[in-house]
Amino acid sequence: MKKLSVLLSLLLLSSGVAFAQKKTTAKTPAKKPTAGVSSALLAAGKAVYVQNCLSCHQADGGGVDGMNPPLTKTDYVLGDKPRLIGVLVNGLKGVEINGEEYRSVMPAQTHLSDQQMADVLTYVRNSFGNKASAVTVAEVKAMRAKALK
Amino acid sequence: MKNHLTRPALLAAALAGSFGLYSLTSRPAVVADAGNAGLKLPAGFGALVVAETGARARHLAVTPQGTIYVKLNRVKDGKGILKLTPGANGKATVTGGFGSYGGTGIYAKDGYLYASSDEDVYRYKLDAKGEVTNPAQPEKIVSGLLNRGEHESKSIVLDNAGNLYVNVGAYSNSCQVKDREKGSMGRPGCPILDSAGGIWQFRADKLNQQYGNGTRYATGLRNVVGLDWNAQANQLFVMQHGRDQLHDIFPSMYTTKQSAELPAECLYGLSKGANAGWPYLYYDGVKKQKILAPEYGGDGQKLADAKYLEPAAAYPGHTAPDGLLFYTGTMFPAKYRNGAFIAFHGSWNRAPEPQKGYYVVFQPFKNGKPSGSWEVFADNFAGSAEKVASGRADHKPCGLAQGPDGSLYVSDDKAGTIYRIVYNQK
Repeated sequence: MKKLSVLLSLLLLSSGVAFAQKKTTAKTPAKKPTAGVSSALLAAGKAVYVQNCLSCHQADGGGVDGMNPPLTKTDYVLGDKPRLIGVLVNGLKGVEINGEEYRSVMPAQTHLSDQQMADVLTYVRNSFGNKASAVTVAEVKAMRAKALK
Repeated sequence: MKNHLTRPALLAAALAGSFGLYSLTSRPAVVADAGNAGLKLPAGFGALVVAETGARARHLAVTPQGTIYVKLNRVKDGKGILKLTPGANGKATVTGGFGSYGGTGIYAKDGYLYASSDEDVYRYKLDAKGEVTNPAQPEKIVSGLLNRGEHESKSIVLDNAGNLYVNVGAYSNSCQVKDREKGSMGRPGCPILDSAGGIWQFRADKLNQQYGNGTRYATGLRNVVGLDWNAQANQLFVMQHGRDQLHDIFPSMYTTKQSAELPAECLYGLSKGANAGWPYLYYDGVKKQKILAPEYGGDGQKLADAKYLEPAAAYPGHTAPDGLLFYTGTMFPAKYRNGAFIAFHGSWNRAPEPQKGYYVVFQPFKNGKPSGSWEVFADNFAGSAEKVASGRADHKPCGLAQGPDGSLYVSDDKAGTIYRIVYNQK
């Protein structure tokens, strides 16, 4: 486990260096600094977002004062993945985020497939200034199985 | 050409001079801020910032002596109501606060200040100076109204016969089995309407009333925030917040464009027993028809049962009317007298289409009925066209009140600015 994390941080470090170097060489095409998420995956996630999330959480992910929570700078999005997946699986109502109360009902999004849930959560975790690891189909499957029990 | 310009200028100067003299002798001058506090107004009107409260200023009331009471959505420093004392040049200063509850409703009448939490209605005695005498010991007029965290605000108004009207909003978007869930159908005989989704009438002077002491005065109203008594028609008028998310819930029936426009926000003139038809219908402001809600078998075309109340007027969808005021002052020109001002808080449910609202509208009335088309009266609370479109408004107009001199006060629950709009031509 330790070895793995050392390796991982080394990898991250070196990729960080690589990224910094890329920045100075203008010729390489600019890539968004996402946590190793392909643009195809982000596009798939965005499509799900526009269809199912945008009308409440807004195009900029900023939500609506007092009603619909923002998806930026919040532990709900950036933190624990099972909890985040749980929001789609079970819905949510009445949360406090960074001292602000949000009262609207978020319905469960169970009409989405495992793939769609993984895509949209990965998109949200890597948009609007967010940067966090991808959500996998396996992680979604595990949460949905739990919810059925 | 020059003559044309100088003549009105001279006239204006003469008028301004005489107005200045008049104000010196009778009352302190109310001076508009440079640039009218950022608002766009019709010619002859000016606006000033009365005070910056830095709080979520919902509704507000001005006593006959000019003291301003502002209801805060959430308690700030232990206070849910702010007291603003008028000072020089039409401005005011926060001089105190009381009421340990958040909420929306506040209304002054006949020597009392009424205020509501999201469950109860209280009243405070006003003295001869128009100031609250018992800030820590209000009388509890109504308690135990339903609050399930959706459409929870309890707006209030009084008539001229000692009755208090309280909105109890429906804790639902469209009475679906699963609120706001895609494809979920409507609950048969929507049970929410028993205790919410309407206006309740209570006695204004009787203590400790509950549902059982009141009357469900009108039903089928999803959520009302702006309401006022029209003295000419001797009738209660209310602004309903129309349902959301037609496209999200029924994407095969409604495009995102249709979902942004539908339904219209509606003004209703109520009489006892009125039923405006929520959740069984919505009002299509383009077709000018009551349409059967898709949750109850509608398809976007089928008409609703004609028995339900027809709106008195309709406005752009989702623009969130939070304040309604019938203007009875004499400061503004004659066309405004007995007409309605409506504060539109601004939309969120028009996305991905551009958002709309964040303005105060004027609706002309004649003999107690809407007459002629509405117009935007005070605009640019948002700060720019881009901020309107994105919904990231600087200010969101919410409450309206009329000052003793006929000034129009507007509260903003985004930044907490209290505006005062005056007419300065004579």
